[in-house]
Amino acid sequence: MAEVLVNIVGVLMILAVIWWFWLGPKRSTSKATPSTDNLQILVKDGVYEPDLIRLPAGRTATLHFHREDPSPCSEWVLFPDLEVSAQLALNQDTLVEIPKAEPGEYPFNCQMQMYRGTLILE
Amino acid sequence: MTKEQQSAPTVFRLSGVNCAGCINKIETAVKTVAGVTDARVNLSDKTLSVYGSAEAESCIEAVRSAGYGAELLRSSEREQRAEQREQTQRHYRQQLWRSAFALGVGVPMMAWGLITDRVSVNTPVEQLAWGVMGLITLAVLVFCGGNFFSGAWKALRHHNATMDTLVALGTGTAWLFSMIVVLVPHLLPEAARHVYFEASAMIIGLISLGQALEIRARGRTSAAVEKLLELQDTSARVLRDGREVDLPIEQVQQGDQLRVRPGEKIPVDGTVLEGRSLVDESMLTGEPVPVKKAEGDSLAAGTLNKNGSLLFRADKVGSDTRLAQIIEMVKNAQSSRVPIARLADKISGIFVPVVMIIALVAALVWFNLGPDPRVAHMLVVLTSVLIIACPCALGLATPMSVMVGVGKGAEYGVLVRNGKALQQSCTLDVLVVDKTGTLTEGSPRLTDIDSDGDSDELLRLVASLEQGSEHPLAEAIVTAAHDKNLELQSPANFEAITAHGVSGDIGGSRVLLGNTKLMQKEAISLDAWSERAAKLAEAGRTVMYAAVDGKLRGIIAVADPIRADAQAAIERLSKLGLRIEMLTGDNHGSAEAVARQLGIDRVHAELLPEDKEGIVAELQKKGERVGMVGDGINDAPALARADVGFAIGAGTDVAIESADVTLMRSSLHGVANAVELSRATLHNIKQNLFGAFIYNTLGIPIAAGVLYPITGMLLSPIVAGGAMALSSLTVVSNANRLRFFKPSEAR
Repeated sequence: MAEVLVNIVGVLMILAVIWWFWLGPKRSTSKATPSTDNLQILVKDGVYEPDLIRLPAGRTATLHFHREDPSPCSEWVLFPDLEVSAQLALNQDTLVEIPKAEPGEYPFNCQMQMYRGTLILE
Repeated sequence: MTKEQQSAPTVFRLSGVNCAGCINKIETAVKTVAGVTDARVNLSDKTLSVYGSAEAESCIEAVRSAGYGAELLRSSEREQRAEQREQTQRHYRQQLWRSAFALGVGVPMMAWGLITDRVSVNTPVEQLAWGVMGLITLAVLVFCGGNFFSGAWKALRHHNATMDTLVALGTGTAWLFSMIVVLVPHLLPEAARHVYFEASAMIIGLISLGQALEIRARGRTSAAVEKLLELQDTSARVLRDGREVDLPIEQVQQGDQLRVRPGEKIPVDGTVLEGRSLVDESMLTGEPVPVKKAEGDSLAAGTLNKNGSLLFRADKVGSDTRLAQIIEMVKNAQSSRVPIARLADKISGIFVPVVMIIALVAALVWFNLGPDPRVAHMLVVLTSVLIIACPCALGLATPMSVMVGVGKGAEYGVLVRNGKALQQSCTLDVLVVDKTGTLTEGSPRLTDIDSDGDSDELLRLVASLEQGSEHPLAEAIVTAAHDKNLELQSPANFEAITAHGVSGDIGGSRVLLGNTKLMQKEAISLDAWSERAAKLAEAGRTVMYAAVDGKLRGIIAVADPIRADAQAAIERLSKLGLRIEMLTGDNHGSAEAVARQLGIDRVHAELLPEDKEGIVAELQKKGERVGMVGDGINDAPALARADVGFAIGAGTDVAIESADVTLMRSSLHGVANAVELSRATLHNIKQNLFGAFIYNTLGIPIAAGVLYPITGMLLSPIVAGGAMALSSLTVVSNANRLRFFKPSEAR
């Protein structure tokens, strides 16, 4: 009986991992901001908050990254598709200028891809 | 390509601020000031950051009107970085303490287990004793490893998984299982009543130690930018109201007149107004020989004034100086991705969940098929797999090498725009080189003067005559005379004869300088000089005949001389496996002559700018990977078209903006340095990626127990923790080896 239980729990955990990380709906803290506004993104505990940002396309925007995580992992933020990057100062705001770009999804992440977020231009 | 953005707010220190209400009041007040685009209060450090072009005084006034105090906080980037370094140091010390505390708990427990082999719970006394140890271990997990657990939880809520997830799951599982053993040992078979508290503590301790060492090693990767920042001076001696006053560098404005004394650094970019000196520009260009500076010459921030006092005008200040732009460019490139890392990036994205699944599958296999004690084996395998897998090594493999490699390039005057350019520089087949200003000096110089009498006297006469001419060749002759300190006279009856030459009277003598046509027109015989002239022309020189009072006195040859180091650089590039082709707008004769001297096989001469781009495109169509080296505005299209464009730093901003690699030195050796550096960096990246892949592909199966049939043992979670800590440290340390790179030229 215990063996069956352990196996069931194990298989359920495997399914949970697959569902939670790949198949299930993603719950992000999304923020939409008017183009003139400046949005602050907190860099802490392995996540960007918000990690899903909506901005109007075709305009420049400014994002304020406030890094509170001292680990080197969080030191840089990269927007590879926009060719934008910034070194984030610790416990300070760092401005990141987002250039005009086509509508679409632009992932951003730390150098090690542990911190990850998405910028949606629409 | 990456455009790094730096925050450049005006920062004020606030007083009287203590709640969220204050923040709103201050921000609202400051945002009304003209020129303010944004204002943000940071309550934790009581500072106000104002963005935009507003006057500092107006902002201070606005804060005062809101009922608070504010003063300008002066903090240069160097100071900010020093602050960041201090923060990093604090984090390093914190990690060391965490490690020491965790290992202080874990090591004695492990020693107890090894010496006594009593790490099972079979009696109430053992239950109590291990219960206490469990609580102590819990304190370790909370105080030393709390960041792993909070990070893992937060990431999990965002459907994200990081290294924290693996550490938290591994140590948490080991602790939880051990606590179950302590609380309800009778529910488990006797062989499975082993506790693993020491594993939890040791893993936290070892990983914290690894992170601390990694922080220290990573600090060295940005040494290049630190060095460049060191070049920036913090103050400048400015002329204000007729007096020289020392001011913070931030207060220097464009147009200010500055004084720089011997031994001082040039604080901003500018133009010499008064004085003569030698300036050491090696820190920016890599050129070891100090450059003479006099009135009208330009100065660059960060260079060192050697022996004279100079008064100069500030042309570019702050972030507009060339040094600031170089720092910006280096920092951009350091954070850029390299195409070779795409696979690692993809794997990084799914790595942690995949490892979690592997750990669960392996645990179930051991539970169902493994030998007794199955529960204990299952737990060891689960913990070891979670702990040994290291996404950090994979994630750090590329950025660390790029950071060190790009920084190293800056030290040698090679500014790489991004990781892509760094990678593509490795695999070039052909290097297309613009002649003028790249292979040659870029400014005509007197190369030969043959006379049947006193050469200097002949030079004095023709230079005196040419003073009235604006032709570039005339400038070369006059400059040569000045260099020899010859006293020139003003010409009388000066006449420039189109397509022939010039004539005039110098000190009563009729002097002619021109080509064969002029001599024929004046019925002057060329005699034996024509043969010598032909030889010089073959060598790519522009030859002029000089006649005095109707008699041919000699010939003068002017050419854009080949750079002293061009030959050696071409040889280096050829050794690196690159085929060199020359592009030039000049005539075939002089182009072929230069090519012959340098051993360049293929020449494309008499080109228009668009032709240059066309030739690059043509080579690319043939499947060649093309590098293009140029300096002029007419090279920009070809530089942009090439797989890798190398802009000579002395060239135009347009060329530099079009290029993937900017060479601060006006030398082809810079290209060879760039190629050698890119190859060294790529080699280092490959080593790191290989190491990270091999580590994980070997480590995970070993932790899953594939060696058990051979060794009869499972990998201890403690060993797994140690291996994980070492893996990322190894990657960073290997990247740091690039700091010892030296181009073959410097060896």
